[in-house]
Amino acid sequence: MIHLRKVTEKVGLIVSLIILLSFAHQVKAQDGKALFTANCASCHNVHKDMTGPALAGVEDRWPDRAHIIAWVHNSSKVLASGDKYADDLFAKWNKTPMTHFEGILSDKDVDAILDYIKVEEAKKPAAAPAATAAQGAGQRSDNTLLYVVLTCVLAIVAFILLQVNSSLKRLSNKKEGHPVIGPIPFYRNKKFIAVIAILIFIYIGYWLASGAIGLGRTQNYEPKQPIFYSHRVHAGINQINCLYCHTNAQYSRHATIPSVNVCMNCHMAITEYTGPKLFTAEGKEVDGSAEIQKLYKYAGYVQGQPWDASKAKPIEWVRIHELPDHVYFNHSQHVMVGKVQCQTCHGDITKMDEVKQFAPLSMGWCINCHRTTDVQFKDNGFYSIYQKYHEGLKNGTIDSAKGITVEMIGGTECQKCHY
Amino acid sequence: MANKKHWQSFGERGNSKAFQDANKNEFPEDLLPFEEVDGGFLSAPTPRRDFLKYLGFSTAAAALAASCETPVRKVIPFANKPEDIVPGVANYYATTYVEDGDAISVLAKVRDGRPIKLEGNELSAVTNGGTSARLQASVIELYNTARLRFPTIDGKEVTFDAIDKSISQAISGPGVILTTPVTSPTTLEVINKFIAKYPGSRHVTYNSVSYSGMLEANEASSSYGKKAIPSYHFDKAKIIVGLAADFLGSWVAPVQFSKQYAAGRKINEKDIKMSKHYQFEGILSPTGASADERFQTRPSELGLVAAALLSAVNGGSVSGIQDAKLKAGIQKVAKDLLDNKGASLVVSGSQDKNVQIVVNAINEALGSNGTTIDWSILNNTRQGTDSEFTQLLSDMKAGSVATLVVYNANPAYSWQKSDDFVSALKKVRTTISLNEKADETTQLCKYVVPSNHFLESWGDAEPRTGHYSFIQPTINPLFKTRQWQDSLLKWAGEPSDYETFLKTYWMTKLGGGETMWLKTIQSGVINPPAAAPAAAAFNSAAVAPALTAVSSKKKAGKYELVLYQKIAIGEGQGASNPFLQEMPDPISRATWDNYVMMSPAMALELLDIDIYREGRADEYEVHPEKPVVKVTAGNVSIELPILVIPGTHPNTVGIAVGYGRTGKIGKAADGYGKNAYPLAQLLNGATVFEQYDIKIEKTGKKSKVAQIQVHDRYDSVIGGKRTEVLKVLNLPEFQEDPKEILRDREEELKPYGGIENFEKQGTIYPYYDKPGIHWGMSVDMNACNGCGACVVACNIENNVPIVGKDEVARFHDMHWLRIDRYYTGDVDNPNVVFQPMLCQHCDNAPCENVCPVNATNHSTEGLNQMAYNRCIGTRYCANNCPYKVRRFNWADYTGADSFPNNQDQTTVGKLDATVHDRNEDLSRMVLNPDVTVRSRGVMEKCSFCVQRLQDGKLKAKKESRPLKSGENNEWDVKTACQQACASDCIVFGNANDKNSAISKVRRENPLRLFHSLEQLHTMPNVNYFAKVRNTDVKEPETPTA
Repeated sequence: MIHLRKVTEKVGLIVSLIILLSFAHQVKAQDGKALFTANCASCHNVHKDMTGPALAGVEDRWPDRAHIIAWVHNSSKVLASGDKYADDLFAKWNKTPMTHFEGILSDKDVDAILDYIKVEEAKKPAAAPAATAAQGAGQRSDNTLLYVVLTCVLAIVAFILLQVNSSLKRLSNKKEGHPVIGPIPFYRNKKFIAVIAILIFIYIGYWLASGAIGLGRTQNYEPKQPIFYSHRVHAGINQINCLYCHTNAQYSRHATIPSVNVCMNCHMAITEYTGPKLFTAEGKEVDGSAEIQKLYKYAGYVQGQPWDASKAKPIEWVRIHELPDHVYFNHSQHVMVGKVQCQTCHGDITKMDEVKQFAPLSMGWCINCHRTTDVQFKDNGFYSIYQKYHEGLKNGTIDSAKGITVEMIGGTECQKCHY
Repeated sequence: MANKKHWQSFGERGNSKAFQDANKNEFPEDLLPFEEVDGGFLSAPTPRRDFLKYLGFSTAAAALAASCETPVRKVIPFANKPEDIVPGVANYYATTYVEDGDAISVLAKVRDGRPIKLEGNELSAVTNGGTSARLQASVIELYNTARLRFPTIDGKEVTFDAIDKSISQAISGPGVILTTPVTSPTTLEVINKFIAKYPGSRHVTYNSVSYSGMLEANEASSSYGKKAIPSYHFDKAKIIVGLAADFLGSWVAPVQFSKQYAAGRKINEKDIKMSKHYQFEGILSPTGASADERFQTRPSELGLVAAALLSAVNGGSVSGIQDAKLKAGIQKVAKDLLDNKGASLVVSGSQDKNVQIVVNAINEALGSNGTTIDWSILNNTRQGTDSEFTQLLSDMKAGSVATLVVYNANPAYSWQKSDDFVSALKKVRTTISLNEKADETTQLCKYVVPSNHFLESWGDAEPRTGHYSFIQPTINPLFKTRQWQDSLLKWAGEPSDYETFLKTYWMTKLGGGETMWLKTIQSGVINPPAAAPAAAAFNSAAVAPALTAVSSKKKAGKYELVLYQKIAIGEGQGASNPFLQEMPDPISRATWDNYVMMSPAMALELLDIDIYREGRADEYEVHPEKPVVKVTAGNVSIELPILVIPGTHPNTVGIAVGYGRTGKIGKAADGYGKNAYPLAQLLNGATVFEQYDIKIEKTGKKSKVAQIQVHDRYDSVIGGKRTEVLKVLNLPEFQEDPKEILRDREEELKPYGGIENFEKQGTIYPYYDKPGIHWGMSVDMNACNGCGACVVACNIENNVPIVGKDEVARFHDMHWLRIDRYYTGDVDNPNVVFQPMLCQHCDNAPCENVCPVNATNHSTEGLNQMAYNRCIGTRYCANNCPYKVRRFNWADYTGADSFPNNQDQTTVGKLDATVHDRNEDLSRMVLNPDVTVRSRGVMEKCSFCVQRLQDGKLKAKKESRPLKSGENNEWDVKTACQQACASDCIVFGNANDKNSAISKVRRENPLRLFHSLEQLHTMPNVNYFAKVRNTDVKEPETPTA
């Protein structure tokens, strides 16, 4: 028995150690994913070349991790040291220097990223997302037709029954010798006319009211843009962080569209489109490489020549999301403080080619979200002043599962958005 | 105290019929045209059915028009985004507000490339972040449609190259550079370069309102051996005596002095004391209004008063003064001064050199020289003497001036005999103007090379010795203009431009290379190490002859005249600025005009306007049309309407200078008021803005003056004493019985549970919690001198529209914040109290309960919110507001409506040209993008600068820390009015935070704290601190009509 217990103990220990280790590895890899998306994804992909080379198998190409870390931290230093592989790499990639991450990524961070890359390597390259997109459209089942048919059938049955009823009544009247009134055609039947009139009134009223409420609202608005810029390709397939281009969402009320020089950061190197086929909303095929050429035209860039950024002209994009002047909306409040995902309001942007307005951007829509969304109550030091709520959470008068919603700190009051 | 009555108007003082009627009618409007229709509404040309038809049609049409198609809008990002610009986030650049001699360090708020607001630079040791109304409004001038847009020769547009070529050929031989005071050391260098290139040239400084008297008195042969103005320490003075010196309004450096003065007026309730301020003056100035005791003095008597004071201070008797009150006053003042030797200060605004020498002698006798007067640091804001200019004038007449380069100086308007200057200018071969606008002098010049606005310029300034303030551009020049220093450098044949010149100059001076230069530019100021005030050697030899000169009484007639500067308009600099024109004068509460300020006694005598007896003033007071009089001095006369201003000397009238400009300098100046400069006289080589013998005649005409004095009446009862609205104490009483106000409040609130239980017992409404932030504001009435900086700051910050003179006269003024002026006591020489009045953000707000659409309601942070888009304009809220702080948009003043031509209609009336001017694209560039531009038919009011509150909270949230509101002087949030105030009257912050400045100030001043109309249980979030007047003079009981 004693022996058995010892064995169990040992086995248990080993098992838990393994679990612990693998879990730790998992954590590391997950960290690596976040770090990769935030720092590397704008120029690198695991499986294919972008501005920088595909990172699958990167560890096989370098002698050891220390070299890679040195390269990531300061590529110019490695180049200066005369590393052969580094020199070749630099030459191969049009002598575009890699951003220095010294002080930004620690050794451990780079380790985590490399671990993540290893895990990703094992997976197959992402399936062509075009198929997924098509699937998405087909999946949505539509029951409207069924309802219409059903309503029609029921209406016909009701009509027939009514006819039968009136015929029977007429017959019985005839039989009992009551005077028979001739059949009144339905269009002169006052009850009928009244019902129809009321129905029409209700319908028009509904139509007018909903039309009036919807005035100026542009949900699903998907205008044609000067350049066919696909968010699916950039944010979806290539997984570029939203904030890489829409940097100002962290600092300002405006998320802002990136300036031409931000586009050119990557497109100096990415000169043609090699991804899955692109289609406009009407189904016309788009030549991705030609669209990149359009960008070059705005940027005043001729391939093979050095780019003079001062020659660039701004791109006149068509505005999609627009709030009326009397509404104050601040991106940084939502992104940085509320930690709201961009997709919450902008929809699954990673699946949209040309962007369309996902949300109605109506006041009701804003308010509903404010009513149900929690603020970062415990994490953000600003809310430490709400002592009453903190006590409430502690002693259970406030449901801690529900948390403190935006509404509870005054987020549905007029002058939070209108001033 | 309970018997004292505070009154704003004569009607209120006498409780006249018109006053009572007006109180019943909140909106005195004959607005809707229905009454004009005979036989009632139904038989009107547009009867009900037609009305409904039109209504239906227009609704349908609007719906159709709106639903057709949403316009396609573009969004255009930068081609290359500059690193430090984030769209939607403002950058602040340290720069300097420069207007003539005035130089105040500021931070310019630049939002998306446009400077839209100025704040004081707190790093400056001169002004410590204080601002003035003129400073606040100066950002508007950048976008003034009247700015010159290109260089011209004889009015024809030319290029800079062409004009430079032409001018270098035209300048031959010695020239004269005529400017207003220049405090910039590098600019003086530039001028010297020009002079070096054209030997024999000279620089002449011209001040429209000069300080010749003072400068000459301090000069070599007289008192101190320096032709300069020393710096003063009003904060160190326990006794301050002003002899017709408006040092809080216009004299030398008012922002500096306000800051210092307020320091001596703030009361520590644990040790109750404050400075004492006596003022001798002929007309009621804002400074006089702040004084503890005020003596009316004829301008011609001022010398005698100074001489008598000197004699009394030296232990002699008060002689030569007939008026018993004045005589007693001088004795009292002298006693107080002697009791506080070394901690007293006497200043005078006199232009008479001899009076100033006597004042110097008084200060010398009191030991002020080296204590409250500092000769080691000079005030450079006012330079230039009239003798310099008269010399130039005679040179020009003699034809010995070949070239005249003018910058900012405008003698063609402001010289008392401007015709002299105009004719002399014709004898100058080459006339060059570098002014920003086509002012009167520029119009006469052949070459016009417009300079930049200061927000487009480089530069430096030295307002006080050793205190430097730097100017850096905050926007590229909007037009084809060039900084005037650049022009001078070019014509002097210098290769470098002014920016390089400035940089080289300072890098040499500062050392530390580029880094040091950038650091200096970033902070915007250089402060010298603090040093004790130093005295200057006093030459007493000049005193005796000066005494003889002032003691021989001036020949004076029955009536005398004082020409004064309004706090907003100044010497005329503010005339083209609509925000300054519409800012009510602190004393007269009039906008857009100058007028003759007259005492009640004189009005009775000359015009039979009897304000002493009940109801007799109604005829004068109710209508904006005031009787016009003709004032004649020598052979110059001027016709202006009168305003009866209690406190004016019975034999003296006052007229403001700076008016009567043309539309060439801006629509806001066009045709408002009359030019009073010709009434000034040249006496002993100095321009004196006084006349000692004038004629005043009735004309029988009337002219409109837009006063807001009688708008916004409120009290607990009509015809009450307003003691629940504002509270005033005398210092001796307060020291004796510190709990007087607490007792008063207890008395008022007794029926509702007393102070303790008032909040919960005084109402039938439930009590609501403020769990997080609870905003609160505190206003110290003791420090407020009515300067109006807060009013203009509020206007600019919150896009408050300009409505124009006609609309103001119709009670349509839009100011969210006003400074109520109250009189108490003797109607001939009353005491004055200023009370800034804004939305009180009542926690139990009467306006909120009556809104039918819930457009105004309360926030959990204690804000009384206003949702403009919900408002349907019933005006019930304004009607129900006890403080009368809500403002209704009668017309589409800012052009915000989607319907065009909504501004000129038969029912609303035509708006003034200046209002339309505010709708130009250029003028609208100054609008704050974070604040909605309100359209017609909407109620608006103070929001506690909610855009700033939200911004401050966001900043704290991003940094994951509680909001800072004043703890350790760290601020996330300041309201515009608070930030603008040079006297630090306003404290704002989170009252729930025990360490915030607002909590602290409320905790430390329980004895003076009160809420306006507290007994109504509105529970305002604004509190006031009672005004304490340092005087032992008891005010007469309630004046009897």
